[in-house]
Amino acid sequence: MNDKHSPLMPCSEAIQQLWDYLEGSGRRVDRERVDEHLAFCRRCCGELEFIGHLRDLLASQTIDDSRPQAVQRLERFLEEL
Amino acid sequence: MAVPQGTKESFQALARSQLPRLLALARRLTRDDAEDLVQEALLRGYRSYAGLKDAQAGGPWLRAILVNTHRDRMRKRARSAEEIPVADCEEFSLYRTIAEEDPFPYSDTVHLDFLHTFAKEDVRHVLLRLPEIYRVPLVLCHMEGFATKEIARLCGVPLGTVLARLHRGRKAFEREMWAYAEETGMLKRGGRDER
Repeated sequence: MNDKHSPLMPCSEAIQQLWDYLEGSGRRVDRERVDEHLAFCRRCCGELEFIGHLRDLLASQTIDDSRPQAVQRLERFLEEL
Repeated sequence: MAVPQGTKESFQALARSQLPRLLALARRLTRDDAEDLVQEALLRGYRSYAGLKDAQAGGPWLRAILVNTHRDRMRKRARSAEEIPVADCEEFSLYRTIAEEDPFPYSDTVHLDFLHTFAKEDVRHVLLRLPEIYRVPLVLCHMEGFATKEIARLCGVPLGTVLARLHRGRKAFEREMWAYAEETGMLKRGGRDER
């Protein structure tokens, strides 16, 4: 699957580009070659899906209400403005 | 009764509504002085509150001030240590590492199980292991939803630099997730000891 002599992109190169591919940020992403690679590499397809879950994990971290005492101190600070 | 805009009371109401989010952001940007950072950002916000034209944009406006405050603090401290690049992690793959190490041998969903072992506080600890230059864009992009152009403006660096730091930061985050899981024994608790 990962033949160095193949004109297809090797896995080692593809995994460096999957985050940017998913984000569509375009940095150093050769979308056409990544698409071509994904069409034949199930492992990299699995990795792409995993990166999507990883991204969801990061996005789910937004609110942290586990510091009520700190919030209360800051509220008092606001009152004293 | 609605609070008139542009007053101290309206600033206090805005800031109060944003406190949990500001504190959460600050705790991901800095290790030890999150509360102090929020306090300084609130002061700055209060002083420049008259310049806020759109009251609806108050939340992002305050978060941008917080990021700017943090950036200025980092510059003052001249923390050269933060400029040390992460060890080469371009080719690291968390997905493949999990597959090869197989921390949950009885699971059919080993990758998802790995992610589910991370509580919010664990994710925060992983983020804090990253150098500042990678952590800040990662937090702003993936947790706060800032566009990359906006991150470039807030961090005072070119867009290409932000994209490069995001790229490297994501791979470093993958690597640090695995290292953290190993070092804290999360994987053992997750099933390896149950063999």
